[in-house]
Amino acid sequence: MDIYLILLLDVINGMASLFLLSLGLAIIFGMMKIINLAHGEFIMLGAYATVISTNAGVNIWIAMLLIAPLFVGLVGLLIERCLIRFLYGRLVDSMLATWGLSLLIIGIVTTIFGNTIQGVPTPLGGFSIGNYRSSYYTLFLLAMALVMIAIVYGVMRHTRLGLIARATMQNPAMANTLGINPARVYMGTFAAGAAVTGLAGGLLAPVSGITPVMGGAYVAKAFITVVGGGAAMLSGTLSASTLFGSLNQIGAYFTTPVYGEVIVFTAAIILIRLLPQGISGRFLKGNL
Amino acid sequence: MYHRLSLIAQALAVGLAAIGIALAPGYLEIFTLMQVTLFAAMAVLSLSLAFIWGYGGILSFGQTAFFGLGGYTYAIAAINFQDSTYGILLAIFIPGLFAAILGYFVFYGRISDVYLGVITLTVTLILFNVINSTSGDEYHIGTAMLGGFNGIPAVPTFNMPFDPASPLSPEASWWTTGSMLLIVYLGLRLLLASPFGRVVVAVRENEVRASLLGYDPRMIRLITFIIGGAVAGLAGALYVNWGAFVGPTIFSLSLSAEIIIWITIGGLGTLLGPVLGCFLIQYIVASIGSQQTFNSNLVLGAVLIIFVLLLPKGLVPTIRDLALWLLAAKPGTGRSVKAELNAASGNPHPVGAP
Repeated sequence: MDIYLILLLDVINGMASLFLLSLGLAIIFGMMKIINLAHGEFIMLGAYATVISTNAGVNIWIAMLLIAPLFVGLVGLLIERCLIRFLYGRLVDSMLATWGLSLLIIGIVTTIFGNTIQGVPTPLGGFSIGNYRSSYYTLFLLAMALVMIAIVYGVMRHTRLGLIARATMQNPAMANTLGINPARVYMGTFAAGAAVTGLAGGLLAPVSGITPVMGGAYVAKAFITVVGGGAAMLSGTLSASTLFGSLNQIGAYFTTPVYGEVIVFTAAIILIRLLPQGISGRFLKGNL
Repeated sequence: MYHRLSLIAQALAVGLAAIGIALAPGYLEIFTLMQVTLFAAMAVLSLSLAFIWGYGGILSFGQTAFFGLGGYTYAIAAINFQDSTYGILLAIFIPGLFAAILGYFVFYGRISDVYLGVITLTVTLILFNVINSTSGDEYHIGTAMLGGFNGIPAVPTFNMPFDPASPLSPEASWWTTGSMLLIVYLGLRLLLASPFGRVVVAVRENEVRASLLGYDPRMIRLITFIIGGAVAGLAGALYVNWGAFVGPTIFSLSLSAEIIIWITIGGLGTLLGPVLGCFLIQYIVASIGSQQTFNSNLVLGAVLIIFVLLLPKGLVPTIRDLALWLLAAKPGTGRSVKAELNAASGNPHPVGAP
C-alpha cells in the first residue's frame, strides 16, 4: 500500500517537473511560433544562477524564486534583441540559430565554470510513509506548478497585458492597427518565457546534477511536451505534461528509468501521428 | 554552349577528385590520412542529409539514427560473420528498412516541418537510451556483445570482399572511403538529374501542384527518406571501419546538430557545399581539440549563428552567386550566361534573385 502512495508522489512529481520545464517553451512557441532550441540552456542558466548565488550566501529561496528568473529573463531579453527579432516567421532558421545559441551558451559556461558537476542541498527535508521516505520538496514542486498555472491563467485572462498578448497572438496586423507594437509584445513574451524557464531551472537545481550540458536532457522532453500539447499554451502543456509525466514515472516503476523514457518518447510519436495538431488542437480548442 | 562547358568542367572536377583520392596516401602522413578518412566518412553522412533536406525539403533532426544504426549493424554483422562484405550490405539495408518503416508512419500521416523534426529527434533519443541500457551479458546478438554505454570495441575492419583473411591497410581503407564518397556524390547527382530527381524537387517546391500533376508526394518523400537513410547507414559502416569501435554516442544529439551545421555553412540545396562544410568544420573542431579556454561548442555555436543571420545561403551558393555576378558585370556576355545557367541547371532559386 505504502509503495503505491510513493508511486503516486513520484507521478505527481514527474508531472509537475515536466510542466514547469515545458511552460517557458510553450509560451514562446504558442505566442510566436519560434521553437527555442536553447531552452535547455536557459534551464541550465537558471540552475547555475541559483547555485552560484546560494554559494555566495544568498538565501536559497531568494536565489531560486527571484534571482534565477530575473537573470534568465534578462538574458532572454538580450537574446531577443540581438538574435531572435531577425528571425520571426522563419521557423527553420530560428531553430538553427537557437541551436547555435545553445552551443554558444554551453561553450561560454564551460569556459567560465569548467566541466564539473555543481549542486545545492535540497531544502525542506523529508517525511516517511511506512518504510519509504520522500521529500517535502516534491510537494513544493507541485505547489509551484499550481502557482504557475494560476499566474499564467490570471495574467492572460484577466489583465490588460494578457489581453494585448492574446490579441497579438491571434492577429498581429490587427493589433498593430489598434496601436499595439507587436515587436514589443514579442520582446516581452520572449523575456517572460525565458524568465519562466529560468525559474524552472532554479526549482530543479536542488534535485539535479548541474553541468554545462545538463540542458540536453531536458530540451527533448520539453520539446515533445509542447508539440504534443499543441498550440494552447496552458491547457496543451498541462494535458501533455500530465500524460507524459505519469507515463514516464509509471513506466519507470514497472521497468527501468531508461525504459520509462523510451515509453514516453514512443507515446509522443504515436500521439503526434494520431493528433498532428496536438492534444489541445483536437480536444481543447479555444482554450488558453 | 554553356551547358557543354559546364559538363566538361564537372567531368574534369570528378576526374581530379578521383586522381586526388588515388594519390593522397603518397603525400599524406598516416595520421593525416586517417583524419581525412574520418572526414570523408562524415561527408557521406553530410550528403545523406543534404539530399533529403536540401532537395527533398525534409529536415530530419535525427539523421544520426540511421548513421548509428548502420554503424551498429555493421559492427554486429562483422563480428558474427567475420567478413565485412555482408556487414556493409546490411549496414545499407537495415537503416534503409528502418527509414521505410518510420517514413511510412510519418509521411503517410502527413506530418510536416516541426513535427517531423520532433519525431526524428525522439527516435534518435530512444535508440540512444535503449542501446545505452544494454550493458550486461544477456544483451548480445549472435556473438556480438552490445556493451551498453561502453559500446562494442575491436570491431573487425573492412576486408577484401569475401576474403576475411586479408583486411584492408589504412591506405586501402582510405581509397574505399574516399571513393565511396565520390560514388555517393555522383550517384545523388545523377539521381537528381533524372526525372525522379526533378519530381523530388517539385514536391519540395509545391506539394499540392506536384500531386495535381499526378505524383504522390507521400511516396516521393518516403523514397527520398529511404535513400537518405541508406546513405547514412553506409556512412555509419565507414565510420566504424575507421575507428574499429561503435558506442551509443554515435546517436548523440550533438552529432545531429553538427550535420545540420555542416550543411548550413556549406550551402543548403547543393551537394558540394555540405561536403566542403563537413571537411571545414571537422578540421576546425579537430584543431581546437578539447582544450578548455577555446571551447569547440563556443566556436561552432558562434559560426552557426553568424551564418544563419548574415550568410543564410551558405558558402557555395554565395560564392557561386558572386562569381556569376562578376561574370555578369562584363558587358555583353553576362545576361545570356545567367539566363542559360538558370535554364540549364534547373536551379530552383534563379541566379541573381534576392
